[in-house]
Amino acid sequence: MMKLEQVIKALKEYDGEPVKIMEVCGTHTKSIFQHGIRSIISPNIQLISGPGCPVCVTAPSYIDRLVELSLKETYCVLTFGDMMKVKGTQMSLTEAKAMGAEVKVLYSPLGALTEAENHKDTQYVFAAVGFETTTPVYALLLDEIQKRNIKNLKLATSIKTILPALSFICENETSIDAFLSPGHVSVITGSRIYEELAAAYKKPFVVAGFEGEHILAAIYEIMTQLKGKRYQVKNLYSNAVTEEGNQKAEALIHQYFEPTDDAWRGIGTIKQSALKLKEEYKEYDAGGSQEEVIEALPPGCRCTDVILGRIQPVDCPLFQKVCTPLHAVGPCMVSSEGACGIWYQNS
Amino acid sequence: MCVAVPGKIVKIDGDYAKVNVLENLTDVNIKLVEAGVGDYVLIHAGCAIEVLKEDAAKEIIDLFQELQEVFDDEA
Repeated sequence: MMKLEQVIKALKEYDGEPVKIMEVCGTHTKSIFQHGIRSIISPNIQLISGPGCPVCVTAPSYIDRLVELSLKETYCVLTFGDMMKVKGTQMSLTEAKAMGAEVKVLYSPLGALTEAENHKDTQYVFAAVGFETTTPVYALLLDEIQKRNIKNLKLATSIKTILPALSFICENETSIDAFLSPGHVSVITGSRIYEELAAAYKKPFVVAGFEGEHILAAIYEIMTQLKGKRYQVKNLYSNAVTEEGNQKAEALIHQYFEPTDDAWRGIGTIKQSALKLKEEYKEYDAGGSQEEVIEALPPGCRCTDVILGRIQPVDCPLFQKVCTPLHAVGPCMVSSEGACGIWYQNS
Repeated sequence: MCVAVPGKIVKIDGDYAKVNVLENLTDVNIKLVEAGVGDYVLIHAGCAIEVLKEDAAKEIIDLFQELQEVFDDEA
């Protein structure tokens, strides 16, 4: 059996061509810092963050809609905590709440059921934001809304799918050599979904867990594949991820949602990169993010370059100077899963 | 946002289970998985999204076993 020391030694002593590996999950970005991965591998192996934070890529006009709904009489917006501080074109949900809007943070979308059942005179809207990991939970919520005949709970959707975004990056950002595939998204989708991209663009896609050992093993696997000119999907998180994913969850997602084009903050519209509620469930639909127009990022903000892996957060002139978690200029600094926010907390 | 934590199912009541997460008992929806009492599940936003196959320690051992195979193939 290979020893961890051997893996570290090989990665530390690598002195070949510079290699750029993109991680596509905010939790991986955090874990890379927590385990000090950069400090124990060669500087020729560059780890760079991708669009791994759904909050960061949510269009500002979607936030505007949530703010507008929260300020309406008898309305209450329910959301994950990550969404509270992200600004729309005017304000964030936190600022709306300070103005008297009804906004409540929930740990689970299913908590919305009790809220709606206990306060029938309030119209609740859940801010359904996320990637594939969270989408089945929204599908479960819709299941329960119907089963319990709840009439005062809807979803405002900004549900993204990771594969079209990866495809966009492969097509447009040719300097990236390999991908650390997102662990928990892959639990739902399965590792197979990356096969087409790996073959078409000749990039290794390695699914990894979140321990230091997982990440080192994944980097080692990527370096070995690149050395051998192999470009494959490899699942190194087999404890939780299968080739075909969670079929039960996938079936439930497809029962309620269908693919649509969508706007990614800082990137623009990516074809078929989101999910919207199907027409037959429109009574539960408080609107999607699809029809939004993309507004430019604030002057000087380089979140687009961060999300697309062109620069590291520290390369942005605003980073840590005028852009901090308390006074975030760009979306990547706002969320605890955003690349800039993670770099700030760990630098 | 895609954070998920493992926990062990202690009791099942319909679509919900009492799950031990770091010695805290929490209610988790288990409708997305086929799980029984004693199983470890991965929990995201109040729902179990997958049944974990084995304990974490064995997984890491398997991981490095697999790397050795990769290393041998390349050698």
